This record gives sequence, C-alpha cells and structure tokens, in this order.
Amino acid sequence: MNYFIELFFSGLTRGAIYALIALGYTMVYGIIGLINFAHGEIYMIGAFTSFVVASVLSIYGFPLIAIVIMTGFAAAVWAGAYGYTIEKLAYKPLRHAPRLSPLISAIGMSILLQNYVLLAQTSDFLPFPKLIPDFPFMERYADVLGSSDLVILLTTTAVMILLTFLIKYTRIGKAMRATAQDTTMAMLVGINVNRIISITFVIGSALAAIGGLLIASHIGQINFYIGFIAGIKAFTAAVLGGIGSIPGAVLGSLVLGLTESFATGYVSSDYEDVFAFSLLVLILIFKPSGLLGKAVIKKV
Amino acid sequence: MTISSVFREIIRSSLISLWFVFLTFPLMVIKVNPIERVVHWRWGNMLYVAVTSFVLSLFFREVVRRRKLRETRPEEENRAGIALSIRRIFDEPGKRNMLTGIVFCFSLVFPFVFSSYQTTIMTTALMYVVLGLGLNIVVGMAGLLDLGYVAFYAVGAYTYALLNHHFHLGFWTVLPIGGLVAALFGFLLGFPVLRLRGDYLAIVTLGFGEIIRLILENWGKFSQGPSGIANISRPGFFGIHLSLDSAIVYMYYLMIVFVLATIFIVSRLQNSRLGRAWIALREDETACQVMGIDKRKTKLTAFALGAFWAGIIGVVFASKTTFINPASFTFLESAIILSIVVLGGMGSIIGVIMGAFILILMPEYLRPLSQYRMFAFGLILVLMMVFRPQGLIANVRSAYHFEKTKRTFHA
Amino acid sequence: MNKYLLKINNLSIDFGGIRALNRLSFDIRQAEIAALIGPNGAGKTTLFNCLTGIYAFSEGDILLFPPESEKGISLKGMKPNQITEKGLARTFQNIRLFSRMTVLENVMIGRHCRTRAYILGALFRNAATRKEERETVDKSYALLEKMGLAEYVNEPAGNLPYGAQRRLEIARALATDPFLLLLDEPAAGMNPQETSDIIDLIREIASDGLSILLIEHDMKLVMSLSDRIFVIDYGRKIAEGDPAEIRSNPAVIKAYLGA
Ligand SMILES: Nc1ncnc2c1ncn2[C@@H]1O[C@H](COP(=O)(O)OP(=O)(O)OP(=O)(O)O)[C@@H](O)[C@H]1O
Ligand SMILES: [Mg+2]
Repeated sequence: MNYFIELFFSGLTRGAIYALIALGYTMVYGIIGLINFAHGEIYMIGAFTSFVVASVLSIYGFPLIAIVIMTGFAAAVWAGAYGYTIEKLAYKPLRHAPRLSPLISAIGMSILLQNYVLLAQTSDFLPFPKLIPDFPFMERYADVLGSSDLVILLTTTAVMILLTFLIKYTRIGKAMRATAQDTTMAMLVGINVNRIISITFVIGSALAAIGGLLIASHIGQINFYIGFIAGIKAFTAAVLGGIGSIPGAVLGSLVLGLTESFATGYVSSDYEDVFAFSLLVLILIFKPSGLLGKAVIKKV
Repeated sequence: MTISSVFREIIRSSLISLWFVFLTFPLMVIKVNPIERVVHWRWGNMLYVAVTSFVLSLFFREVVRRRKLRETRPEEENRAGIALSIRRIFDEPGKRNMLTGIVFCFSLVFPFVFSSYQTTIMTTALMYVVLGLGLNIVVGMAGLLDLGYVAFYAVGAYTYALLNHHFHLGFWTVLPIGGLVAALFGFLLGFPVLRLRGDYLAIVTLGFGEIIRLILENWGKFSQGPSGIANISRPGFFGIHLSLDSAIVYMYYLMIVFVLATIFIVSRLQNSRLGRAWIALREDETACQVMGIDKRKTKLTAFALGAFWAGIIGVVFASKTTFINPASFTFLESAIILSIVVLGGMGSIIGVIMGAFILILMPEYLRPLSQYRMFAFGLILVLMMVFRPQGLIANVRSAYHFEKTKRTFHA
Repeated sequence: MNKYLLKINNLSIDFGGIRALNRLSFDIRQAEIAALIGPNGAGKTTLFNCLTGIYAFSEGDILLFPPESEKGISLKGMKPNQITEKGLARTFQNIRLFSRMTVLENVMIGRHCRTRAYILGALFRNAATRKEERETVDKSYALLEKMGLAEYVNEPAGNLPYGAQRRLEIARALATDPFLLLLDEPAAGMNPQETSDIIDLIREIASDGLSILLIEHDMKLVMSLSDRIFVIDYGRKIAEGDPAEIRSNPAVIKAYLGA
C-alpha cells in the first residue's frame, strides 16, 4: 500500500511539473495556433539559469532563503525574456506564412537553443544545488512523500491559482481570452494583439522556468538535453487534455504523470519514455481534440 | 538614407545589442565549476555578444527594410541575385549540359584524385543527397512534415544488420527488402495518421521516430540494445573480396549510381500525374480533394515512397559503417535531413543536392567550426523560414509551350 | 419535364448548436441553370459543402443522378473525390487555387480523376501514359483557351489578376468533366464589365449541355441567367420559382429587406 501511495505522489509531482510546462504550450496554441516546439528549451534554459544563479549565490555565501527567492525570480525573468525574444525573431515574421513554416522555424529554434546552451555552458551533467531542505515535520512521511515533492505540489498549486485569477479577472486575461477566440475581432475592438501574444509567451516561459527550477532541484542534476523529452511529454499532456484549454493542460498533465508513475512502478522502467510517446500517438490518432477540447469543423 | 535615419538605426541596434547582452548574461558570462565551487566571469563573451548582435541587427534591419521597399515596388525584379543567376544556368540548356558534364566527370575521377578519407566523406554526402531527395518527396512535394524520417532509415539499417547477422544474407539481397520493410512501416504508420492536420502529423511522426529508437535501445534480445550490431558485411562485388581501400571506392561509385537513379526517379515523379497531385495536396488539401484526388491514397504513396528511400539508404549505411547502434538514429538526424530540404528549397531537386553538400561537407572541411554544426542547422531552419522560405533554389514548375495551330509540348 | 440530376431531401446540419441547414429540400433538373440566393449566413456555401462531401450532414439525404444511371446515388458518407468522380464539380467562394502551380497545371489537376497513370507510369513513361499525358495537356489547354486564359499558361496561378483567378477556378472544375457544376459567387468582387463577361461565359458553358447551380448576390446576374431560383434564409427554403415569381414573392422581399 505504501508503494502505491508513493507512486501516486510521485505521479502527482511529475504531473505538476508537466503542467507548468504544458500551460505554455496550450496558451500559445490557443492564441496563435502554433506548436511552440522550442518551449521545452525554455524550460531547460530556466533550469540552467537557476543553476547558474543559485550556484553563484551559494558560493558567495547567501542564506538559503535568499537564494531560493532570487533564483526563482531570475529564472522567471530570463526565461520570460527568452520567450519574448524568440517570438519576435522566429514566429512573428511568419504570422501569415503557410502553417508549417512557423513550426519548422520553431524546430530550428529548439535545436539552436539546445546548442547555444551546450556551447555557452557544457555538455556534461551538472549537479544542481539542493535548494529545498528536508523539513523535520516531513520525516514521518518520508517514504511516501519527500519535502521537495511537497514544495513542488504547493508551488504548482499556488501558481495555478494565480494564473486562473489572472486569466479570469484581469484586463490582460480578458484580452488574452478574446484574442484566443477570434484574433480579428479582438483587433477590431482595440486589443493590441501583438502585445497580448508577447505577454502570453512571457507568462508561459516564466511558468516553464519555474518548472525547470523545481525539477532540477528535485532531481539534482541538469543537462542541455533535458528540454527535449520534457517538452514532448508536456506537449503530450497538453494534447491529452485538449490543446488550447488551460484546465485541460492541468488535467492532462496529472493523468500523464500518474500513468507514467504507475507504469514504471508496476510494469517496467525501461520503457518509461515509450509510454508517453505511445500515449501521444494514440490520442492524436483517436481523439485529437483531447479530454476537454471540442472538435471543430474547419470552415470552408 | 538620411543622416538622421542612420543615426536612428544605430540607436535601435545598440538597444537591441544591449538586450542581447542582458539575455545571454547568465549563460554566456557566468560559468560555475560546481565541484571546486569557483565562478568564472567571462567578460570577454559579453563584448563578443554585444558586437555581434549589434552588427547582425544592423544587417538584418537593413535586409528587412530593403525587402519592404521591394514589396512596395513590385515591378522590380524581386528575386535574390545569386539564386537567380544559379537558376539561369539551369534554365539554359547549353550551360546546363556543360555544367552537368563537368560535375559528372569530376565525380567519376574523384576517388582517384583524392584520398580515401575524402572519398568516404563524399560518400556520406551522397547518402544525404539521396536521403534529402527522399524526404523531399514527403515534405517538399506532398507537404507532409515528417519529423520521424530517421525511423525508416533505422528500419532499413537494422533490417540489413539483423538479416546479415542471423542469416548471412548479403547486401544486394537485403537492399530491396530493407526498402520494402521501411515502406511497409511507412504504410502502417501513415494509415492512421495521415488524416491528421499538418502540425499534428509532424509531432506524431516525431513520436514514432523516438519510439522506434527507444525500442531498439531497450529490446536487447532483438536488437542487441545500445551496444549495437557489429561486423556487418560490406556490399559484395561479384563474389570478389575487396580490400578496405577498394571497398571505399566501390561504395563511392555505388552511391553515385544511387544518386543518379534517385534524381531520375524523382524528376520523373515530379512531372507526372502523381507528382502534380502531391503538390496540389501541399497547396490546398480541401481544394485538392474536391478536384477529385484521393487524399489518403496520394499521401500514403508519398509517405511510403519516402520511407522506401530511407530504408534503402539505411541498408547502405549499415553496410558502409559495418556497425550500427541506436545512437545513430536520433531526432537530430531527422532534423539534419529536414534542414537539407529546407535550405535547398522544398521540392527542388538541384536545391536539395546543393543543400546536402553544403550542410554535410561544410562541417567536415571547416573542422574548427564543426562544434557549431548543430547550432548552425538550427539557425538555418529559422533564417530560411523567415527570410527565404522557398529555399536557395525555388522550385519552378516546368513550362509547356503551345503554338497557335499545331500544339507541341515538352515537360 | 427533364430528368432529375440532384435531389435534396430534408437536409440538415448543425455546428455546435447552430442549425445551418434546416430540413432543406429541392431538386435540380437536366439542362437548367438554377440559382441559390439568400442573405449572408443563410447557409448557401454550407449547402455546397454538404453536396461536395466537405461537411458530413446529420439528417436527410442527397441523391445524385449521373447521366448513365436512372437510380440516384446517395452522397451520404461519400468522400469529396468520390463525388467529383461521379460528375459534380464546384468552385469556391474564397478562391482556392494551387497558387504555386502553373495555370495549366491547375487545370491538369482537374483531369486527375479521369486519368490513371501512377508510380510505374510516371517512372517508365510507357506509351499509354504518354498518350494520357498528352490528352491531359491538350484538353487543359483547350479549356484555358475557352476561358480566355491561354496567355497565362505557364504563370503561377497565384500571380493572376483576380478576375482571371475566378475564371481559372471554373476551368479547373470543368476539367473534371462534370455534368453538374456548382459555382459559389462567380461574380463576387467583379466590376460591371467583368460581371457581364462572366454572364456570357456561364451561358456558353451551359450551352454545351451542362447544368449549373450557382450562388450569387448580384441580382442582375441571377435574374438574367437562371431558369429557376431557390431562396434560403436561416437554412430553410423560403421560396422557389422562376425569376419573375421570385421578384414578386413577399417572403423573399421580407427576408432581403429584413422587415
Ligand atoms: N465549419 C463551420 N463551423 C461553424 N459554423 C459554421 C461552419 N460553416 C458555416 N458555419 C455557419 O453556418 C452559417 C451559414 O454559413 P454559410 O457560409 O453557408 O453562409 P452563406 O449563405 O454562404 O453566406 P455568404 O453569402 O456570406 O457567403 C453561418 O452562421 C456560419 O457561421
Ligand atoms: Mg457563402
């Protein structure tokens, strides 16, 4: 039974991380209909920025709490800046190009960013400093739920609540929803669509960076290649939930995280990534609109 | 341009440069050694980023500005100079034949003029020419973004490796089998996924490619796992055993034949009923169906045919290196082949050949730059999409000539 | 009375709550030009999309009567290309040419369903394939001449002036050898001169024995060409008759004036 609970929580933790990344995919897709293939790299850059900032601060002897706050802040800011820049350079000029052009551009961007980090930093695995201490009050539950799992779950929940609030109740959120529904109409009613698109990229990227920070400190090491697999898995989660739908992305992520956790726990860990890929292929073939998405008939 | 606008451009580019300095600061400037707990501040990199991004910004802003000007004056010749002059050479039959002759003679004597090391590199480049032309059918002509092309390549390679390992089947026997098995995989995958929208298709093929690789890696009993399969036979030459050097030369000529055959086949397909249907499908799926084209059958043919080529070259690859393992078949390999097609010009045969040579030979001969290889591939994909989506050499459809009374035509 | 070519029975289709077509019924007969009119959003294009297999309709049925067969064929569940093969062709309201293919190739695509060559034919170019290809080119060129597009043969279709693009769409549809042609707003965006040219052109096409169903907002065109007119509004048929009857029909006047 303990094993089951342990797998359950580790699945939730995974799902929470996927959700942080999947939100970026789904928000961008909802607004401009692009699969932002480079989004996984943003997550990786978030993790690397966190690594650099946290290491420097800890070498210069800052207290842990200061390190955590400043690292989170730096990761979000820089990842947001990358997201913003990528959109301006690689996607915006292609807004009216044939549908596959921005996707190819995004794939190029993804390869470029991976190799940028490889060249600027290293191809080796780097040990990530432990940012989340083992809380004494968690000792009793340590065999089913670690301290960092708890922090991941709490942080993700808090971020989701904030995001929901932002989208539901703020001016920007309303403008985002309007743009997602009908870009032309949004433009006609005076929404600055370009700005909304940029904001969407920035928010999505910041979320992914927080995911990167959390998972890096959870697992304890990073590498320039982590974005590829994580990106595809989060994309799978977004599609599973119904791409374009925010609650869908969260639901899809949790389902994917739990599935993976139980499958590797009870079946075999060799095929961990095969589960996710197979799931992706199967959903796209049998229910491309996902769990919460609606099927649309293309207007001719 | 007026002085003030030059000044404005400089200010803009300085700001952009500043932005990039900020953007790249944590990763370019700081480098931490986590074991010894020391921080290296690489301030030189900052200067480097600042200058490079300033110059590039000036350059690209100027490109964009000129392009805008050109759009407002459409009567002007609006094609890039170099590409146009290359195009012209291929348009004039005399020059084209002469050039083809020179290239052909050069490629015939190549192994005798250059070392076997050079010949091996050239053989590799020729393999990518064929892979590029094969993917070009799928992506360039039919407009299906196949990101798992390497899976079919792997299927071909493993078909040969396994049949050779277990049953001692030779290269020439397995060559068609490898192609057909890959085509079968293409068919099986294509059947359910080809009704998907373009971008979903891309992701599904990518997932499929990764699944194949992961299976090869983890199913040790079948594929010998990550350690791969060694001692694969080289192609036989009428039963004669070849020395290593002559095997290399033999392989080279084999690839020349393959390239010629592929060019012949692809160019015939391009100007056929089927080729037109592919291109129409790429341009507008709905209209294409309404004009009476069976979407699924046409796509499936393209997909399976492309896979067939990858399978064939997979067999060649296995026999050339005599050793394969799953690490040769990652997504990056698909991305390289895609870059070749995109750089060359989707749908254009000469473009794809040039793309393959540029992308495969350049890193070989510019060794110091070879670590920037993948970085450059990524950059090429982005830049081509933004500035020249039609590729180096845009595909121009062949013209038909009619006379008022007696109509003649040639394709 | 002429033979039926098309019978539409109680056709309905929904888009997430919107009923775009509502129990629509009418028929088209041989050798007539029929027009479908109605306010914006009435469901005219949607009907064309149901007829050509682009949308799957939920209720009702469509029967097609190709010249050689007496019994009607139900179009339910048929794919667009199968319907085209049966002899129904169309143009699009928003021009959908293959813009990077040449003008001639656009028309040649229309011949696709009337020709057979496949991979082997393409590779070996045997006598049969060459003959087929030659016929394709000749027929396509003849159509271009007929539509006054011969001067553009080798131009990419996307470079043509607007009016020529509309005519090219018609040529492409004709290349499929239809017995019934559906035209979705053939004169949209044209000036009076071009409109009267297109009227002549449609007449000429019809004089070859082809039947035509067209959607059009330009009343001059509709009234001068049509033998019969169907008026729909909110997916329902509100009137049917010859031009004179439609002109005086109170329901039509009401729908158009929104009174
Ligand atoms: N694929 C679709 N998804 C959702 N709604 C659709 C779709 N296609 C059509 N509709 C709706 O069906 C209704 C009829 O549209 P349709 O295009 O048939 O009108 P129309 O009569 O051709 O108008 P117009 O004269 O403006 O061309 C409209 O309300 C339209 O929004
Ligand atoms: Mg309409």
